[in-house]
Amino acid sequence: MLLKIAFRNILRNGRRSLMTLLAIAVGGVSIVLFGEFVGFVRASLETNAVQNVGHLTIYRTGFFDYGAGNPAAFGIPDYGRVMKLVADDPAIAPALRVITPTVSLTGIVGNFEIDTSKTFLGTGYVPADRETMRRWDEHGVSSRRLLEDSGLRADDESRGVVGVGLARVLGLCGPLHILDCPARPDLSAAVASNAGAAPDVPIDADWAAPPASGAPRLDLLAATVSGAPNVMSFNVTRAEPQGARELDENFVVMNFTLAQKLLYGRGEPRATGLVLQLHRTEDVPRVRARLASLFADHHLDLEVRDFAEREPFYKQAVGMFGAIFLFISLIMGVIVLFTVVNTMGTSVVERTSEIGTARAMGLRRGGVRRMFVGEGAILGALGATVGVAIGQLVAVAFNRTGSTWTPPSAAAPVPLEVLTSHVGGLLAGIWLALVITATVAAVVPANRAARLNVVDALRHV
Amino acid sequence: MTPNQEGPVVSFDGVGKIYDDDGLRVTALRDVTLNIPRRRFAMIVGPSGSGKTTLLNLVGCIDTPTSGRLRVCGEDVGAMSDRELTDFRSKNIAFVFQNFNLLPVLTAYENVEYPLLLLGAAASERRQRTMQMLEAVGLADKRGHRPNQLSGGQKQRVAIARALVKGPAVVLADEPTANLDSHTGAEIIALMRQVQEQHDASFVFSTHDPQLMSHADDTFVIRDGALADRRVKEAE
Repeated sequence: MLLKIAFRNILRNGRRSLMTLLAIAVGGVSIVLFGEFVGFVRASLETNAVQNVGHLTIYRTGFFDYGAGNPAAFGIPDYGRVMKLVADDPAIAPALRVITPTVSLTGIVGNFEIDTSKTFLGTGYVPADRETMRRWDEHGVSSRRLLEDSGLRADDESRGVVGVGLARVLGLCGPLHILDCPARPDLSAAVASNAGAAPDVPIDADWAAPPASGAPRLDLLAATVSGAPNVMSFNVTRAEPQGARELDENFVVMNFTLAQKLLYGRGEPRATGLVLQLHRTEDVPRVRARLASLFADHHLDLEVRDFAEREPFYKQAVGMFGAIFLFISLIMGVIVLFTVVNTMGTSVVERTSEIGTARAMGLRRGGVRRMFVGEGAILGALGATVGVAIGQLVAVAFNRTGSTWTPPSAAAPVPLEVLTSHVGGLLAGIWLALVITATVAAVVPANRAARLNVVDALRHV
Repeated sequence: MTPNQEGPVVSFDGVGKIYDDDGLRVTALRDVTLNIPRRRFAMIVGPSGSGKTTLLNLVGCIDTPTSGRLRVCGEDVGAMSDRELTDFRSKNIAFVFQNFNLLPVLTAYENVEYPLLLLGAAASERRQRTMQMLEAVGLADKRGHRPNQLSGGQKQRVAIARALVKGPAVVLADEPTANLDSHTGAEIIALMRQVQEQHDASFVFSTHDPQLMSHADDTFVIRDGALADRRVKEAE
């Protein structure tokens, strides 16, 4: 009966209840849309990170913190055995999508045709594994994106990809058809004055020859494990924009075997990292723990890092969007709170005489409190249901508009969507939060109603 | 708590009531001593501001005395906590208000059923007693009507049914005919007398209505917060 009374009282002042319900619903729509947008951003960033660096990377202990100074020294010896150990582990195998060796290195990349060189940060990938990794899309956020090939070729280890910035610096705008490239200043006089300087690296006929593929050619110089310089030819398949300028002007992706040759020369070829891509991100903690125990059992001097550690921007961006979501949710929550407090407070004043009557008939203070809190909860439930439903409908409709945006760290526009699948938890959370907020908001007026003096309440006109 | 079934239904023993409104002390009742017998039509009469409503509020256990001893159904209600008083009211006391005070969101049937819900009566018992009372006041066919769909007389009939449905020891009626025309008022008085006799209930009225006063078994005249006169009709 209390529920019936509560429900009928909500319908009794239809316009006021409707406005309250709309306030809750609008709050719900806003939180749903922004929550699903944040979900999309998070899923996109995660997808980007996992496509590029996998979920987990196995390093020789110390590489992650100190390896950049001498990556060759931190190579994983007999890495094939480690890969087999991991891939064959029954606790890891079902979750594992790809395990692939990589080589990270730094060096100098030069285009000697125009006497230009630049430091680079390079990574060597197995082409087929790189292709597979780039197709990972657990959250379905890449479905609308045109996936370009990795630029690596299994049958041609010399081919690879550079950042657009690096291509510009090395004068490859024309050959690579890069748009919006500013005209290169003529520095021939300055170059000529230095022409007498002999190259530090002997140039042999093989790597100095023009590329057979027709792709623009660069030369990569890196220090081997023994500290000796090593030079390899590198044919640029295409340039790929990177979000940060520093990375864009240093970015090189090459074939794994080319990177191995560059870093280890004629020595034992090693990998500086073993990248694991899993089917599902939620398996990361479990697999990571299993890897740690596996390495401890086999006395392997290896450590594991996840994609969030490798790509700090992911963590920062997700944290920032999460904070904005929390802030917006709090604002909406406060609006809902005050709207419900106001509505219920007015209702208490209007129904003072009824409260007195019910109390005189034997309704306890707790019963009065429950009645008003129940009304707040019903208002919250109705508003939250409407808000969440409309929010989800708007989100689905928005995804069909085909909007694009350029997210932070990205260099080119990507589809702008909100996450509408696998958001049951988010929607349930928002619904529950709105209902709880409305219910809590009703507690203050409910307490006021419960504390009313019966005689005074009956006298109220 | 088992109310005493013998002796007066209400017993005032030197009861006083002083309201303290921000330091302003107002004496509403002073040293009132009276007994209201059971199963009677008792009238509290007196001029406006004499303390009739205060006295009725004390009998109804919605207010407590500041001095003296008040017993309702043999229970010392002055010593009860708010919760005990609420439960006591729920079981023993019913009200018929001048403005009817029906809950506007409930139908006539639900209004009558409401006190039984507060008592935790079973659904079948609620149904049976509610319909019985609606039939007793002649409103069984209006059971689905909301208060705003009923006339003043019909509303007061529903209020009477609501008051009696739980079989209270005492029914308090504050000016129950004040908002009714004389013809409807007479009908309501007759109805109350009829149900009082049928249900063996004790009615305590606060009234100015001579028509109602003419039906009194016992009359208590209150003046300036004190009992000024008492007229008791001998029990038949």
